[in-house]
Amino acid sequence: MSARVEEPPAAEVDRPTRLRLYQLMVELRDFEQRAYELFLENLVRGTSHLALGQEAISAGYAVAMRVDDYTFCTYRGHGHTLARGASMAAAMAELLGRGNGMLHGKGGSMHLTDVKHGAMGSYAIVGAHLPIAAGAAWSAQVRKSGQVAVCFFGDGTTNIGAFHEALNLAVIWTLPVVFVCENNQYMEYTPIRSVTAVEHPAADRASAYGLKPILVDGNDADVMYETARQTIDKARNGAGPSLVEALTYRHGGHSRADPAKYRPDTEVREWLSRDPVKRYRERLLAAGIAEAELNEIETRAQQKVDTATQEARNGAPARVDEIERQVWSDGGAAWRN
Amino acid sequence: MAELSFREAIAAGIAQEMERDPMVYFIGEDVGAAGGVFKATVGLFERFGPDRVRDTPISEQAIVGAAMGAAMTGLRPVAEIMFSDFLATCWDMIANQVAKTRYMTDGQVSIPLVIRTANGGGTRFGAQHSQSLENWAMAVPGLKVVAPSTPADAKGLLAGAIRDPDPVIFFEQKSLYGVNGEVPDGEHVERLGEAKVRRDGKDCTIVALAAMVPKAMQAAEQLAADGIQAAVVDVRSLVPLDTRTILREVVKTGRLFTVEENPRLCGWGAELASIVADECFDDLDGPIVRITTPHVPLPAADVLEDAAMPSVERITQTVRSSMR
Repeated sequence: MSARVEEPPAAEVDRPTRLRLYQLMVELRDFEQRAYELFLENLVRGTSHLALGQEAISAGYAVAMRVDDYTFCTYRGHGHTLARGASMAAAMAELLGRGNGMLHGKGGSMHLTDVKHGAMGSYAIVGAHLPIAAGAAWSAQVRKSGQVAVCFFGDGTTNIGAFHEALNLAVIWTLPVVFVCENNQYMEYTPIRSVTAVEHPAADRASAYGLKPILVDGNDADVMYETARQTIDKARNGAGPSLVEALTYRHGGHSRADPAKYRPDTEVREWLSRDPVKRYRERLLAAGIAEAELNEIETRAQQKVDTATQEARNGAPARVDEIERQVWSDGGAAWRN
Repeated sequence: MAELSFREAIAAGIAQEMERDPMVYFIGEDVGAAGGVFKATVGLFERFGPDRVRDTPISEQAIVGAAMGAAMTGLRPVAEIMFSDFLATCWDMIANQVAKTRYMTDGQVSIPLVIRTANGGGTRFGAQHSQSLENWAMAVPGLKVVAPSTPADAKGLLAGAIRDPDPVIFFEQKSLYGVNGEVPDGEHVERLGEAKVRRDGKDCTIVALAAMVPKAMQAAEQLAADGIQAAVVDVRSLVPLDTRTILREVVKTGRLFTVEENPRLCGWGAELASIVADECFDDLDGPIVRITTPHVPLPAADVLEDAAMPSVERITQTVRSSMR
């Protein structure tokens, strides 16, 4: 039997948390939109994978995480990295290939990383970071640090071997790791349901690893926050891993090169009507939060993105002497004497 | 000095480092109570317990991935991949993740990780359990590559690899496991990136790695009887590569022979030949000659395998005819 979408939590999330969730979602939305505009200006070279429409998942988890918890994410990782507190200007500059970029130009859009904020990397080979996240959780377990690793990935990942190897290992070693599948309905260009043996690619496989199926509305920030809290608590309390499937939708294509013409208009319209940012705004207004307060959050987010963009644009190109730096721990790249 | 087998020296190297550093953990398939399929880690499970010496499922991606995630966050794991041939099942983890993450993150993470693996032929296991794959690892920027030839180096270089702050692929040639040799008493650690001159000679230099070193030594002995004084250099570490020592010997003798167990194309000797041709061409008195396994998957039958891999006889004959 296929998993069923869980009911939203009965209890309301408190007001400061809700405002924090909204602020984060708006910032991530504005950042991605600006990144898209910069593509159109041909300032972002290479590729980029935007998470427009998937903000509730990164925000929900980031707000629920402890500062020293670990995030592992994919090449669609701008939002997850920024949500942990990484510098927006450094991220934007990295997209632009500037010397003031987060990785000095060596990583680019698909590899944003900010270890000091717990953002342990964006991994661009599908599935690879699930075992790596399990390893960070193993380290936290043996160091008795109480840290939890949260690993985000797409629906397409559920069909690669590393997904299954990581889940099995995490369960047999009772690792403090939370696997979060963002089911945005398309593996890349192909509908996930047309290439997967089960209806819910992650939730319907949970029982194969002795885990409870968790299928939630990934476009609902309250739901995501509550799901995050529960799964992180479970991991931190020594009760082992969880596998969450969060239903969501990419507002754009797979990558900058993809106009996503393969998606039926009715489907796109239906999902846009469930835009997590708009929906949450309406909910907050209905809960009695003044519109002026939300407007101010939105204005501040725009200003933050504007400042970051300016700083990134002003950055000098990445320095050529970076090429042979940081292959090894001595800072260099020497392979012979 | 104690007389240890190569396999005992491996276990001694891991034990030495686990004793010294509580962050050293060891994982792999059948490495716990079973002591490893090659019995190279016997006694570690009993000594350090099931938390630090941990059995894994047959999940090579999970083994290397988990070891990497742990290395990024404070542990110094040693991961065993039972046969080097199985590196192919986790090559994404090694070549894309372990090797590149430090660079791509601009040094935000270090990955002090050792991947030990049984490598090479001579055991009649056929083409999927006998490959000599050092050159796969050597071709990927961000990996250090080590292959010891003696029990002393098995312990010392493994300890050095565990202490190294970067990822090391540690190739243990499986026909060496039963070989005995002297291993220094007490703490024994060797630095990576130093080749060793195993035999002095003035007429030619034979450079060899792992199981090819004892063969090169025997060949040098026979060549001496013919009046050819061959120096033998044990490479020990392909990355970092001690070109200083190797070039010095080549300049001294004017001739370079490499003895490589790997199939012909893109073996480490090809890189070495290129460096020598570039940097001491004028010192050469004759062509650089590579002695390798032919470019075929390694066959299983004893007569075929023995004839395919470089033998003492082939090394001796090749050097002799080339020096004529």
